Amino acid sequence: MEKHEEHTAHVHRDDEGDKLGMWLFIFTELLLFGMLFLMYAVYRYRNPVAFQLGGDELDVFIGTFNTVILLISSATVAMSITAIQRGNKKQALILLGITLFIAVVFLVNKYFEWGAKIEYGFYPGSELLHELGHGTTLFFGLYYIMSGIHALHIIIGIGLFIYVATQIRSNKIHSTDYVWLENTGLYWHLVDLIWIFLFPLFYLIH
Amino acid sequence: MSEEKLHISSYRSHLFVLAGLLLLTAASVAVTNLEMGPLNTLVAMLIAGTKAAIVLTWFMHLKFDNKLYAIFTTLVFVIFLLVLYVTFFDYSYR
Repeated sequence: MEKHEEHTAHVHRDDEGDKLGMWLFIFTELLLFGMLFLMYAVYRYRNPVAFQLGGDELDVFIGTFNTVILLISSATVAMSITAIQRGNKKQALILLGITLFIAVVFLVNKYFEWGAKIEYGFYPGSELLHELGHGTTLFFGLYYIMSGIHALHIIIGIGLFIYVATQIRSNKIHSTDYVWLENTGLYWHLVDLIWIFLFPLFYLIH
Repeated sequence: MSEEKLHISSYRSHLFVLAGLLLLTAASVAVTNLEMGPLNTLVAMLIAGTKAAIVLTWFMHLKFDNKLYAIFTTLVFVIFLLVLYVTFFDYSYR
């Protein structure tokens, strides 16, 4: 976007269009995860005992911890939009930094969580799963696919936060032009939204 | 951002929403320890649904944006629930 002239009003910009595009993308994401949730529901319905036992293997504490920090990060990214709207660049960057930090912590937890499971023998194609049977294999297959795609979204989010932070630093994102930050926020809330459903389905229900 | 009616949410309101979400998370974890049979799943999903609605309404700003977004979002969830219903209609009678 060119912004050399004084009268920025004449520069072509369509924030509403940008946001509509982001929402359309979010809808496709919701349907993507929706179909995974549908698979989960059907397989759970057909293998209730195995899914219950599978859920018992997961660590409720680490799941709850990740839920709490992800909710906090949703609040901080929302607050960074407030800060930029008020023209407070420094606060916006601090809040974005906290969000970025939490995203990394979430991934580190995921690493230890997956690591422990894999070490124990719960991984796709493992002998343990083979012995435990079809239902448990399905549970852990869905666990790795769904939390894996979710983690991939966290990684993409980290990239977006870094990009947006550099744009704020160089004043390309500011109090009258912040749709990038807003859409990154929307994306991050989507990541939170999906986790809100993943958490009870995998860690809590039994 | 919408030029006509810019709504700036305060830090306070965001923290208030966060407190509500954390309370619901605590409730969801606490309820798991109660033995309610199949109701456990229903209660967990109702709490998750409420949390999702809160995130969409306030964090994702649907309350203050063009109503079109809220309508589309509702439609997406309705379509998902319909597909879920039709799928289970099939599986229940096999």
